[in-house]
Amino acid sequence: MKITNMKKLIPISVAFGAALLLVSCFNESDPNYQYMPNMYKPVGYETYGEYTIFENQQEAMLPPAGSIPRGWTPYDYENTTEGLELARAELTNPLPVTEENLAAGAQLYTIYCAVCHGDKGDGQGILAQREKFLGIPSYDDPGRNITEGSIYHVQMYGLNTMGSYASQTNELERWQITQHVMNLKAALKGEPELTPETQTDSTANVETVAETVAPEGETNTEQDNTSQNETN
Amino acid sequence: MLKVKLRNLSSPLSLILLAFTLIFSNPTIAQDAADEAATTATETPAADGVGDAAAGEALFKANCAACHKLYKRATGPALFGVGDKYDRDWLYRWIKNSQELIQSGDAQAVAIFEEYNQSVMTAFPQLSNEDIDNIIAYTYTPKPEPTIANGPGGDNGGGGGSGVSNNIILGVLALVFVMLVVMLFLVTKTLKRIAEANGVVYPEKEPRTPLWKAFAQNQFLVLVTSIFLLLAAGYFGYGYLMQVGIDQGYAPVQPIHYSHKIHAGANQIDCNYCHSSARKSKHSGIPSLNVCMNCHKNIAEYNGELDPELGYTKEFYDGEIQKLYAAVGWDEATQSYTGEEKPVKWVRIHNLPDFAYFNHSQHVTVAGIECQKCHGPVEEMEIMRQHAPLTMGWCINCHRETNVNMAGNEYYEKIHEELAKKYGVDQVTAAQMGGLECGKCHY
Repeated sequence: MKITNMKKLIPISVAFGAALLLVSCFNESDPNYQYMPNMYKPVGYETYGEYTIFENQQEAMLPPAGSIPRGWTPYDYENTTEGLELARAELTNPLPVTEENLAAGAQLYTIYCAVCHGDKGDGQGILAQREKFLGIPSYDDPGRNITEGSIYHVQMYGLNTMGSYASQTNELERWQITQHVMNLKAALKGEPELTPETQTDSTANVETVAETVAPEGETNTEQDNTSQNETN
Repeated sequence: MLKVKLRNLSSPLSLILLAFTLIFSNPTIAQDAADEAATTATETPAADGVGDAAAGEALFKANCAACHKLYKRATGPALFGVGDKYDRDWLYRWIKNSQELIQSGDAQAVAIFEEYNQSVMTAFPQLSNEDIDNIIAYTYTPKPEPTIANGPGGDNGGGGGSGVSNNIILGVLALVFVMLVVMLFLVTKTLKRIAEANGVVYPEKEPRTPLWKAFAQNQFLVLVTSIFLLLAAGYFGYGYLMQVGIDQGYAPVQPIHYSHKIHAGANQIDCNYCHSSARKSKHSGIPSLNVCMNCHKNIAEYNGELDPELGYTKEFYDGEIQKLYAAVGWDEATQSYTGEEKPVKWVRIHNLPDFAYFNHSQHVTVAGIECQKCHGPVEEMEIMRQHAPLTMGWCINCHRETNVNMAGNEYYEKIHEELAKKYGVDQVTAAQMGGLECGKCHY
């Protein structure tokens, strides 16, 4: 009896092993097998692809020096203290104050700025509360007379510990954020905020509508905020 | 998969624990701080007996810490013991308006201005001399490192030791078990030998038909078994073939360990902050390292939650930040870029086959879909993995279920009305709007 048992153990263990192999063949750190990979893999060079023709085999590269992206307007102020002061004094926001711009600015501010500067612009963002960043100034700080020009300039180049946001936002978006920051500063100082002109300029609207990303709810809250502040 | 689940479980638990420890330890910490402040105040003759370090700490964190650290150069110089380096009156003037001092031609002021890349220190006219004394008193706070570093290290060693001892115990148990089995065999053998020697004769077994022959002769059994085997083979075979080409759960090792759990979870950084092109392009975008440096220029070491059991220690995370600095060519000592860059080759996780088109901006910006809908609870993932199967059936299912957000979209108002009338519904789904047409994704 014993001997026959032992003999049966071998096929059982083989079957068990095969079943285990089937179940465990997907390895987390390797991509799975593919049917006909030549249909999966692109013929052309794909974004973030790995090809021997490129330096370091990376498709992702910096554009050649001096190339200008489509839609890019050169920014003439230099990344120096003088440039900042010049921008602070003379650069102004070309965007009209519209609901779309304000809503888009608020949304972009929440993505890029609020994490440090706080939703109200008082320098109490989540990273400040968790003490990852310290000493983030409030927008109404008397030592930093922020203007439209200086806000835009600092987004372009960064200042001290703050980095540049030119790679994450485009010109329109930076001006929309600037508009929102000016509103936050006014709110902190208790001054009247920018409100959309009663008769919005139709030509100005055409430009911005296409870029506007804010859903309806966002716009409503913005309106509520402004009306509350007015009554206050 | 199991690991991740455990981690999910532990995070709320540890938060609760943290809350508890904070509740019970707060008064003592405050006391310690007060004691420390008292000792530093008395210890520092340079402060002329003036200056309250505790008040200085609050002022320092609110005003100075954006550009100055105590023991390390940041945008400005390290401030530890700054009161010994400069004359107190000179410091008052510098802090209140450094530019005025520089323009007056003060040699010391100009030298500092030039040494730190001509970055202008913000004027602080609102700080009184007393405030500045407090801040300077705070700068004498000694570096608190060794005690903190030793605590978790010691715990870590203890934990490792218990793991080893567990293994030893298991090994000893296994050995004992094997010895017992061997002894059993030996005992039966000797017993048999003794029985044979004593003349006990075992009756010979009748030759029975072997089991497999009996099985083969029973046709009903053979039929049932073969049907069962065929069905099982079909089921498992189909399952196996259907998962070919699906990378659900794919979690490759990246060149730099980037924890979404820390960045998107604990620090609540918006997904779009780093993946900024998801809003307006086909690709969500792998952030270039300058985006990392927006924060990590300032954050050179990790001070958050740790998980030493899985190897996520402070040293581990600090090492990963150092890898980032090496890749981007950032010299911490001089706070400047060296220009020696080593681009990071991130491993792509989500990859659609070439014959399927997908556009992030269409889903993120136009439809307003949360990133987590497809990518899963990224904010809980220590190691990023593919959450969804990314199969065509999965896409189509979502298109069938998701209503299109039509509010405020005048351009499509008319066609939406007509579609809603055609299908007799209030809300048009993505599928009814043409989201199932082949050419939408395959062309």
